Amino acid sequence: MGRYVARRLLQMIPVFFGTTLLIFLMVYSLPGDPVAGLFGDKGASPATIEAIKHKLGLDQPLWKQYWDYMSGIILHFDFGTQIRNDRPVTEVLGDAFPVTLQLATLAFAFELIFGIGLGIIAGLRAGRLADNSILIFTLLIISIPVFVLGYIIKMVFAFNLGWIQPNVSNDQLWSEMIAPAVVLGGLSLAYVARLTRTTMAENLRADYMRTAIAKGLPRRRVIGVHLMRNSMIPVVTFLGTDIGALMGGAIVTERIFNVKGVGGLIAESITRREGTTLVGLVTILVIVYLVTSLLIDLLYAVLDPRIRYA
Amino acid sequence: MRGAKSAKWVTGAIIVALAATACGGGNGDKGDSAGGKVDPNGIFSVELGEPEKPLLTGDTMESNGSAVMAGLFSTLVDYKADGSLEMINAESVTTTDSKTWTVKLKKGWTFHDGTPVTAKSYVDAWNWNANVENAQGLASWFADIKGFEKVHPEEEGAKPTSKTLDGLKVVDESTLTIELAKPVPYFAHKLAYIVFAPLPESFFKDPEAGGQKPVGNGPYKFKNWDHKKQIEIVRYDDYKGPNKAKNGGVTFKNYTTLEAAYEDLKSGNVDVLRQIAPKDLPLYRTDLGDRAVDQAYSAIQTIAVAFYADQWKKPKQVDPRVIQGLSMAIDRATITKTVLNGTREPATGWVAKGVLGYQPDAVEITKYDPAKAKELITAGGGVPNNQISIQYNADGGHKEWVEAVCNSITQATSVKCVGDGKPDFQADLTARKEKQVKSLYRSGWVLDYPVNANFISDLFRTGAGGNQGDFSNKELDAKIAKADSAKTLEESVKEYQAIEKDLVNYMPSIPLWYYKVNAGFSENVSGVAYGQDGDPILTGVEVKQK
Repeated sequence: MGRYVARRLLQMIPVFFGTTLLIFLMVYSLPGDPVAGLFGDKGASPATIEAIKHKLGLDQPLWKQYWDYMSGIILHFDFGTQIRNDRPVTEVLGDAFPVTLQLATLAFAFELIFGIGLGIIAGLRAGRLADNSILIFTLLIISIPVFVLGYIIKMVFAFNLGWIQPNVSNDQLWSEMIAPAVVLGGLSLAYVARLTRTTMAENLRADYMRTAIAKGLPRRRVIGVHLMRNSMIPVVTFLGTDIGALMGGAIVTERIFNVKGVGGLIAESITRREGTTLVGLVTILVIVYLVTSLLIDLLYAVLDPRIRYA
Repeated sequence: MRGAKSAKWVTGAIIVALAATACGGGNGDKGDSAGGKVDPNGIFSVELGEPEKPLLTGDTMESNGSAVMAGLFSTLVDYKADGSLEMINAESVTTTDSKTWTVKLKKGWTFHDGTPVTAKSYVDAWNWNANVENAQGLASWFADIKGFEKVHPEEEGAKPTSKTLDGLKVVDESTLTIELAKPVPYFAHKLAYIVFAPLPESFFKDPEAGGQKPVGNGPYKFKNWDHKKQIEIVRYDDYKGPNKAKNGGVTFKNYTTLEAAYEDLKSGNVDVLRQIAPKDLPLYRTDLGDRAVDQAYSAIQTIAVAFYADQWKKPKQVDPRVIQGLSMAIDRATITKTVLNGTREPATGWVAKGVLGYQPDAVEITKYDPAKAKELITAGGGVPNNQISIQYNADGGHKEWVEAVCNSITQATSVKCVGDGKPDFQADLTARKEKQVKSLYRSGWVLDYPVNANFISDLFRTGAGGNQGDFSNKELDAKIAKADSAKTLEESVKEYQAIEKDLVNYMPSIPLWYYKVNAGFSENVSGVAYGQDGDPILTGVEVKQK
């Protein structure tokens, strides 16, 4: 087990360098000069542009820029400064990630509780009314685009009923985050519910279930331990990868609800060609993905004793 | 581009939804229970994006930063709605030959840190802003002043040979003289720009801190900048200028989208908007009633000609009549009304409204006349290849009108026209800078100083900063030089008016329309007015008692 974890952690190192290099090159190859972009229609003298580039190190050859950047991250945890406003990227990321984490946690809790809950109900009553209505409900959620769902929720709960504020304020209260979290978690909720339902419905017919019932175990234990534990593997796999998606892929939701998180920052960094910010963001997201997938793999062994890691 | 598409998609759905609930609208309004009594210490909020750069007087070029800086700093002069000057920090700005200017300061002014505002504060600030080593984006504003090329050499990598501008002299505590390289009759108008603001001693010790926590001499002092969330400024009680704040302070709130800001305006969470999102434009007048703002400001949208492109150059220089014809083939009235929802006003010349020297109906070639358009194009030898394209940036909401303009041209003259969308503004600019525009491109200009020279000399002079299409005409250059050397401001303005009328013979660009401020404010505030740069005038806003 220890060796397995160590091996996985070591594997992260080449992945880390590979992704940062790839993103770095991609940003570099986008058309458009971030420094010239600062000046808009009015233009600036070549001397000014050169002075700014020199200050930011953008006049160095590409390999040197990458080298400086990576050594900054590894040696000093310094992600560089932004082109536009001279802010250290670490600070920019430090502002955005807590907000996104807050949103992602709520969204994750929402999809976990309601997704699995609905899945269990549907799975146990496969083919009956409850199952069918849950299927229709999830189908509906899957087919509605995120932005439509977002605006509908705003329309109904903020403007018609007046229960919530339409937008997240600058204080980022947990109560304000509920609406965006529901929208963000909605799609995954539907997948979780369907996955849970299917595996449960299948496993209900498994031999070990018959044995458990035949042993005279109470129904709660049969379902709660024997059935649930065996049915959770695909669901856990999905939830694991979903954490990464919730962290990085909330661009649309964040825009609709005025959440100043990672999604908006990614979009902004791309249009402004803020290479350092973008690579920093993606690096952290990659680490999140790697760590969660490691955790998920370890969870398999807990859920299914047949799986062993040497 | 997914975002952009989504927004368009939603437009339909939301309009339907809003229409359905129009009767129930306004439940978020707080009502004016206080009976409109004014609270002189009330603080109001303004929607504002994150300033792109630190808050430096020499580097604030975009509207977000400018709005904050306008509160924090006062310049020597400011201009009124008709383009005439008002003295702010200056007692007087005088000249006899438009070449040497004498500025006398009002006495008793202090910066927010308590230090006095002197002639030296101005001279030091200008020298710092002009120095190429400080890489300030607005440094070229000092190009009129004698000795600029020593402080700010043009070539890449050149080092400045002097740290101070030769033309600036501190005479005493409250007097300075400015000697220009050559006469500029409208130089006093330029002094209203933020780059000419003074800076306190403390700034030069730590310019970086100065950009994060600026210390100015304006009606408001800086309080706090919570990046990407909000900026707070509060009234400076020792302010001596004529434009003392009628409120206690301003909180600039950041929103991810204009739609979100508009919703917050309706729910009373933000007081003043600077812009309304396209989605809300059709309804905002009904939603806000007399709190809706619809006012022209001094900016113009044009289609510029890339004169370096083969299309216009080979085998011979294009005849201006062809471009005149293209201009007359555009139905500006209909496009501004329908596609642009009445947010623009058809242009009638190259100089925008609200600028000294603006002349209504300056030229004929902005009138829609398909028959004449065809005639002119044929007379000019036709459009090469009978096809044009208009380059634009797809992230700026330009696609719709570019297509409409193209349709209009094609219908009127049967010249094929396509939009050439670049994914974003950066890519668009790069293509312009590297002279890769194939035919025509979208261009815009917001006033720098309220004199018509700004819309002509800075755009069409050979080698001017805003002249990206490589337009060059010796005759026109000579006329501009003559207007610039006029004895007085009035004469110069008059000569530029003549040049504007004359531009139809060169057609360096096709004027399309003037911008309008489409904005609104909440019931908590009154006295909200917008300046010529399209930003709300902060000091005049009155906050109602809660």
